Amino acid sequence: MIEVQNLTKQYGAKRAVDDLSFTVNDGEILGFLGPNGAGKSTTMNMLTGYISSTSGKALINGIDILDDPIEAKKNIGYLPEIPPLYLDMTVKDYLNFIYDLKKCKLPRKAHLEDVCSLVMITDVYDRIIRNLSKGYKQRVGLAQALVGNPPILILDEPTVGLDPKQIIEIRSLIKRLGQKHTVILSSHILSEIQAVCDRIIIINGGKIAADDTTENLTKNITADYRLIARIEGPREEILKTIKGISGVVKVVADMEREKGVYEYEIETKEDVDIRRELFKRLVSRNWVLLGLRTSEMTLEDIFLKITMGDEVVIRTKKSAENKPEEKAAEADSKDEEYEKKAEEADSKSEEQEKKAEAADSKDAEYEKKAVEQDKSSGASDKSEPAKRSSKKNKKGGKK
Amino acid sequence: MGAIFRRELKAYFTSPIAYIFIAVFYIYTSTFFISYNIGYSTTDMSVVFSNAFTIMMILLPLLTMRLFTEEKRQRTDQCLLTAPVNLFSIVMGKFFAALCIFMCAMAVYVLFVITLLALAGNVAWATIIGNFIALLLLGASFISIGIFVSAMTENQVVAAILSFIIIMIFYLIDMLAGNVKAEWLRNIMASLGFYTRYYEFSTGIFNMSSLLFFLSAVFIFNFLTVRVLEKRRWD
Repeated sequence: MIEVQNLTKQYGAKRAVDDLSFTVNDGEILGFLGPNGAGKSTTMNMLTGYISSTSGKALINGIDILDDPIEAKKNIGYLPEIPPLYLDMTVKDYLNFIYDLKKCKLPRKAHLEDVCSLVMITDVYDRIIRNLSKGYKQRVGLAQALVGNPPILILDEPTVGLDPKQIIEIRSLIKRLGQKHTVILSSHILSEIQAVCDRIIIINGGKIAADDTTENLTKNITADYRLIARIEGPREEILKTIKGISGVVKVVADMEREKGVYEYEIETKEDVDIRRELFKRLVSRNWVLLGLRTSEMTLEDIFLKITMGDEVVIRTKKSAENKPEEKAAEADSKDEEYEKKAEEADSKSEEQEKKAEAADSKDAEYEKKAVEQDKSSGASDKSEPAKRSSKKNKKGGKK
Repeated sequence: MGAIFRRELKAYFTSPIAYIFIAVFYIYTSTFFISYNIGYSTTDMSVVFSNAFTIMMILLPLLTMRLFTEEKRQRTDQCLLTAPVNLFSIVMGKFFAALCIFMCAMAVYVLFVITLLALAGNVAWATIIGNFIALLLLGASFISIGIFVSAMTENQVVAAILSFIIIMIFYLIDMLAGNVKAEWLRNIMASLGFYTRYYEFSTGIFNMSSLLFFLSAVFIFNFLTVRVLEKRRWD
């Protein structure tokens, strides 16, 4: 169990971590999410005793990391952002060194073999670390954290530098480890956190922006109930029909997916289920319903909504409209999906950084993006923003 | 401490640095041994010993320069400092590893003594043992100075040059002391100097206060290293 109370770290005038408080229970996998420079690594470094806090407390299984560092550190396995590897050693020598350093009591050979097979580095056991690929280095770093079977694992961006297959392997490994260990995992890749963690803390500017279970976080922020329906038939008429169903707040047609097939984003009042009614009406007109699903806000959307201002939320909603296709592909090729999402998240956070740095060119960039999006979404979508706004106006008029 | 000691020792021998260090030390001392002891057919080894001071000033900073700078550069210090070990044992592990390499280098004197015993039949044991202890103590204090400096910087070259300068100051301070008028300052300078105390040992005089002087130098610099590492966590 990890208890963090009012943890603060001050670097000169800059407050890297500002009054952080949270608790991680045994057997919980906590995701630490935030843009680069949010204070994730600083917090982890404080939890592991690498740096000390300016004020506040970090209790590891009830032991204050500053009062009794050695006892507290015995409970922790730490994988820093850059794996702490001695490049001139072989994997075998290195892990044996770590074993000695941590003063492990477990049977040496069997334990190290276990750890190696767990992170899949048995085949490079006798090689020099310098010559290993980045993915292997990362996994040797993970092995290092696992030596001694510490009850708490703190992993700072554990999947950086791995290929998609390895990412999935490491994720399922972390999930498995979560059954016996308490895990804190940091990442700026949202899909990763979503896939692995029970609970998420979003941290921004050194402060907690959100702290909730993955499910709730997704649920709470989507206030509206949204459905995505893929229907074959005449677009305008379908729009009219759907609008006619009671409880529907808004309908938007997306781009043409197949010939004569459009996706419709339907927003309904809360606690109104229109799915049956929708199906019946479509059948009565002989239109074919090809797909129907609820549209949850993705973590990307939530993340940006929390860490950035309102302006970005508009943008994410727009980009969310272009996303469904990806989601549809999820079933057949999960691997690709993971990778794609990861890349997307990467580029997004980079984008964010850029934004923060160049506040001046913000507007220009935004405009450019919008143009790009319009282009990519095709001709049918071009008229969409205008339509939507006119709809809104009408509604406003009625009221 | 044991784990760090073993790792450092192995690292010294996987890189060329230990071999170069030992080889240069052997060549340098052998030159004096051959030209003086063999050339003049004498068993007095004091010249061979006292010349070692100079080469140690240059070589030992090279031995210690990477001890903490590399840890910081490769971020491996994160592994050491988050492991359940205290800072003092980390520093001592590194100290003893460097000292061990230095002792390998000093083993050359055993060779010289054996040669002399074979050629001449007897040697002045008091001078030899005195010199041996003196060099060992001197080396130990140079090493702890070097480690202290390497903990302060992230650059190996800077670490080497800086430790050389600090050692140089401790070496020259004796000579400068003679010219200082103010008595209190002269006393301080004279008591800080390494050379006089080293020289006393090398002539075969065993002075307890000199022994304590070197041992406390080792302790103080290792302690300062621990403080430097500690401070880095707080700033």
